[in-house]
Amino acid sequence: MTALLPRRGLAQILALIVILAVDRVVSPQFFDLRLQDGRLFGSLIDVLNRGTPVALLSLGMVLVIATRGIDLSVGAVMAICGAIAASLADSHGLPVVLAAALGAGLVCGLWNGFLVAVLGMQPIVATLILMVAGRGIAQLITEGRIVTFTSPDLVWLGNGAILGVPVPVAIALGMLILTGAVVRGSALGLLIEATGGNARASELAGVGTRAMILAVYVWCGVCAALAGVIAAADIMGADANNAGLWLELDAILAVVIGGTSLFGGRFSLILAVLGALIIQTMNTGILLSGYPPEFNLLVKAVVVLAVLLLQSPKLSGFAGIMARLRRTKP
Amino acid sequence: MTPKALFAASATAALLFALPASAAELTVGFSQIGSESGWRAAETSVSKQEAAKRKVNLKIADAQQKQENQIKAIRSFIAQNVDAIFLAPVVSTGWDSVLKEAKEAKIPVVLLDRDIDPSGKDLYLTAVTSDSVHEGEVAGDWLAKTVGDKACNIVELQGTVGASVAANRKKGFDTAIAKHANLKVVRSQTGDFTRAKGKEVMESFIKAEGGGKTICAVYAHNDDMMVGAIQAMKEAGLKPGKDILTVSIDAVPDIFKAMAAGEANATVELTPNMAGPALDAIAAFKGKGTVPPKWIQTESKLYTAADDPQKIYDSKKGLGY
Repeated sequence: MTALLPRRGLAQILALIVILAVDRVVSPQFFDLRLQDGRLFGSLIDVLNRGTPVALLSLGMVLVIATRGIDLSVGAVMAICGAIAASLADSHGLPVVLAAALGAGLVCGLWNGFLVAVLGMQPIVATLILMVAGRGIAQLITEGRIVTFTSPDLVWLGNGAILGVPVPVAIALGMLILTGAVVRGSALGLLIEATGGNARASELAGVGTRAMILAVYVWCGVCAALAGVIAAADIMGADANNAGLWLELDAILAVVIGGTSLFGGRFSLILAVLGALIIQTMNTGILLSGYPPEFNLLVKAVVVLAVLLLQSPKLSGFAGIMARLRRTKP
Repeated sequence: MTPKALFAASATAALLFALPASAAELTVGFSQIGSESGWRAAETSVSKQEAAKRKVNLKIADAQQKQENQIKAIRSFIAQNVDAIFLAPVVSTGWDSVLKEAKEAKIPVVLLDRDIDPSGKDLYLTAVTSDSVHEGEVAGDWLAKTVGDKACNIVELQGTVGASVAANRKKGFDTAIAKHANLKVVRSQTGDFTRAKGKEVMESFIKAEGGGKTICAVYAHNDDMMVGAIQAMKEAGLKPGKDILTVSIDAVPDIFKAMAAGEANATVELTPNMAGPALDAIAAFKGKGTVPPKWIQTESKLYTAADDPQKIYDSKKGLGY
């Protein structure tokens, strides 16, 4: 066990495999796949599809956390951007709808970034402002109603398929590749990690930490906007009261499960997305299991605890000591 | 006409117009919770309509989901010496002192939509609420009648865990179908009263029940979850309303749209008209001194495709749902 753990990502992959196996036990048809109206259909597809919003959020969140920040406003930003997309969908074309929604996400990100990078506010406080106010803004846009739309273009974003793959999944994959290419294809990722590791030292070494921080919050806002548009497209309506509610916590959890420290520094995009998938695999499994809903949160807490314990350096050290003790015994 | 006759005629006319107005013109202060849901918005607009119908001057104070704002609003209504106060309480406790103030000022208080836990029931005149256990029963009875003697596997989309409405709607439905051995709830999970979760949970129900082939009916604790579930059924290649029967509660406009399209079967109305019965009770109380019962139960009306859903959709759509 201890020999296996030091390699990054193994704990997460192991956790995912175990949870998938449990899902297979509670639901024998878990891995069944078929085509339904040109779209793949099955529990595995549900996991990917339902995991998309949190996966997108975690892509932005992991960069923010890498700079030693946090963004609590992503759920509210989802609600705002979903509301904007839904209100415009039936009167404007898809490019305008997307530009408006993503633009709003960008502005939200700029606001957060400005508070943190320029005014020097603590990230948790700075983004709390938009977390609270943002839902109010979304409710103002929808006037407290669920704004529905029928625009086939926007509905396709939530329910369509590209070669059988649901569009949201394809978008999330595209965003993962894009983000990966930008931050790992250049020195950007390293600079972000440096900012989170030690902002002062990085600044002195010539890293534009302020620009880095601003950039990650903006990207986080854009990712949240995309997640919001997809969530609205999925139910063909914007529900300002509930869209993205508490998803900021799931996104942070996904990043943490992905092994990125809340103290900033080294981060992994793929593992954060894997974290989101672990959460959703577990959620879908709970729904399939047929347990009473009172158990949902309890099961979730136990699984998260187990996954995090699996990664704990102290605990793997403890396991090592135990193994050594056992070996020395006569 | 002589000037004298003209004067007499106009005086009579003035008297005629003035009399009913001065006798019936009540001022009622309404402390509304805030815009927590579409139903709440509809309740506010229906309250305005009902007040206008009865020529009552209704002052609405929006509390933005905060009890302290509601208490402030009630105090200001007392200061304005209104004829009655309507209260849609955001929480069930902590009302004693402000309701005592209203009682001392001899202003009757009527609770709308939700009940409270006061130390004494004499702190308010009456409560106008629906019976959510009964709503569940109406839904269950409809399903039992529609299915007849056939065996029927039901999946249930519950409201938020811990919400009393969810527990009551479950209880009522379970009581209604308990009399019929052929009806069985095979799966029950929470959809948090939202469309998105309703859809996600229904997706998993369909997978778990052999692609939905063994599901005969869906019962959702509110219409929003059902709207999500209908989408999930359609995406799975099933025909909601035909392959799988649907029954839900609330009667929001969008479920009538689905009903008109043949994709939903029945809904039980949680009427947004709580103010109408409350205004009638106040008018009777002020006029003849009739003390209303402590609880006025609103009707839980069942709507099906036979009730011209398109027309109901058109009439409900403007209410702010």
